[in-house]
Amino acid sequence: MELEVSIERKALRTASGQTRVVLHDVAFSLRKGEICALLGPSGCGKTCLLRIISGLDSDFEGRIVLPSPHRIGMVFQEPRLLPWRSVVQNLRLVGSSSENDLVEIAAALRLSDHLDHFPGELSLGLARRVAIARAFAVKPDLLLLDEPFVSLDAALAARLREELLALVLKRKATTLIVTHDVEEAISLAGQIVVLSAAPGRLLADRTIETPREALTEGGAVKIKNDIVSLIAKAAHC
Amino acid sequence: MWQLGSGIASTGTLPAPLAVMSVIGAEARSGALFVNLAATLARVAASFVLAMALGTALGVAMGRNKSIDRLCDPLLIVLLNLPALVVIVLAYIWAGLNEAAAIAAVVLNKLPNTAVTLREGTRALDESLDEMARVFNLPLGAKVRHVVLPQLGPYLAAAMRSGLSLVWKIVLVVELLGRSNGVGFEIGIAFQLFDVTRLLAYALPFVGLMLAIESFVVQPVERHVSRWRPSHGA
Repeated sequence: MELEVSIERKALRTASGQTRVVLHDVAFSLRKGEICALLGPSGCGKTCLLRIISGLDSDFEGRIVLPSPHRIGMVFQEPRLLPWRSVVQNLRLVGSSSENDLVEIAAALRLSDHLDHFPGELSLGLARRVAIARAFAVKPDLLLLDEPFVSLDAALAARLREELLALVLKRKATTLIVTHDVEEAISLAGQIVVLSAAPGRLLADRTIETPREALTEGGAVKIKNDIVSLIAKAAHC
Repeated sequence: MWQLGSGIASTGTLPAPLAVMSVIGAEARSGALFVNLAATLARVAASFVLAMALGTALGVAMGRNKSIDRLCDPLLIVLLNLPALVVIVLAYIWAGLNEAAAIAAVVLNKLPNTAVTLREGTRALDESLDEMARVFNLPLGAKVRHVVLPQLGPYLAAAMRSGLSLVWKIVLVVELLGRSNGVGFEIGIAFQLFDVTRLLAYALPFVGLMLAIESFVVQPVERHVSRWRPSHGA
């Protein structure tokens, strides 16, 4: 599945009647099966961009090209589970997946023991995993993740990243993951799109040629330094 | 306590429990008690179901759509504050002393109450879950069943509870004023004869029945729809 994003302008009208430009000239495309990280400082319009791509927000100038039909799996910043349905019911509800697939997805995210629990009985880390499992349960062509690991401790986040990566590679979903963590972006993605501080413009659209497994620590540090200096430079002008 | 009270007061004011029991027994044997209870219960059921259905539809529409809300709100306020008696008498005068008028009068009394409760419930619907349902492309039926109804559940339960108690009180008044059977009609006769024993003999089984419905139907339903809420201590 290919995704082509081309946004000329996205503006919000504030309560006081002013218009605030959120996104400006953002264009990039994603190849099928590619993992792309969307990087940028807080408040630069990353979530807004994700809402536009997912079709939740259609009030913008520009266009989004997605092959149709397509299925989108989305992980919001908050888990957004149905609190009155058990974990497995939450997964089943969205689902084009068979029971076997669900069990497999749940096992991959280590949720097997929690299938009958209600979301209110889960820790935030577990609830986030359920949200990730739900996004996979729709068998997505396009997977959108909005800072799925924010506010989790580093060890848990690292483990969830690995689990996510394994699932994405296995299921071959085109993936766009929003983050403000440069290292997270490098460890996950083959393509990194960098946005500037608000209003968000496209700063860089960088493909990491080295395969993820072959990326040395030195190589990763170099990419990181490149991106960090790019963001710093943009902040100064 | 009742026995003691009836000893102090005269029998005409508060009859002894046994006297009331024997009247209940006599009425039950003749079948009149059951016929009247059934008539009243049927009216309660019909007007309750109608008022809940129409009130829910109106409330949800008003909660979702601002122009419907603005259009219907004044009417709702009038209906909420109009004395039940006025509605009942008008219904009988305009539509005649018939069953339809009786049911309509009760429905009109209960409907605004349901509509207001459900309007609040609709306004409180969680936008973020709605977005989730849209992104995941849930079919309308699944969305209503799994996303919307569970959120409206507590409001529906509240409307049902207050509704049931309101409806059966008003049904008795409706029967007293314009029907020739039912518990309300029998109580009207007892009033004309100043027969407190007979009055209690009809009122008590009916209250018992309503208590039974409340604790064996309404409360279990309420517990079932809110079983996902984590219990806080206690």
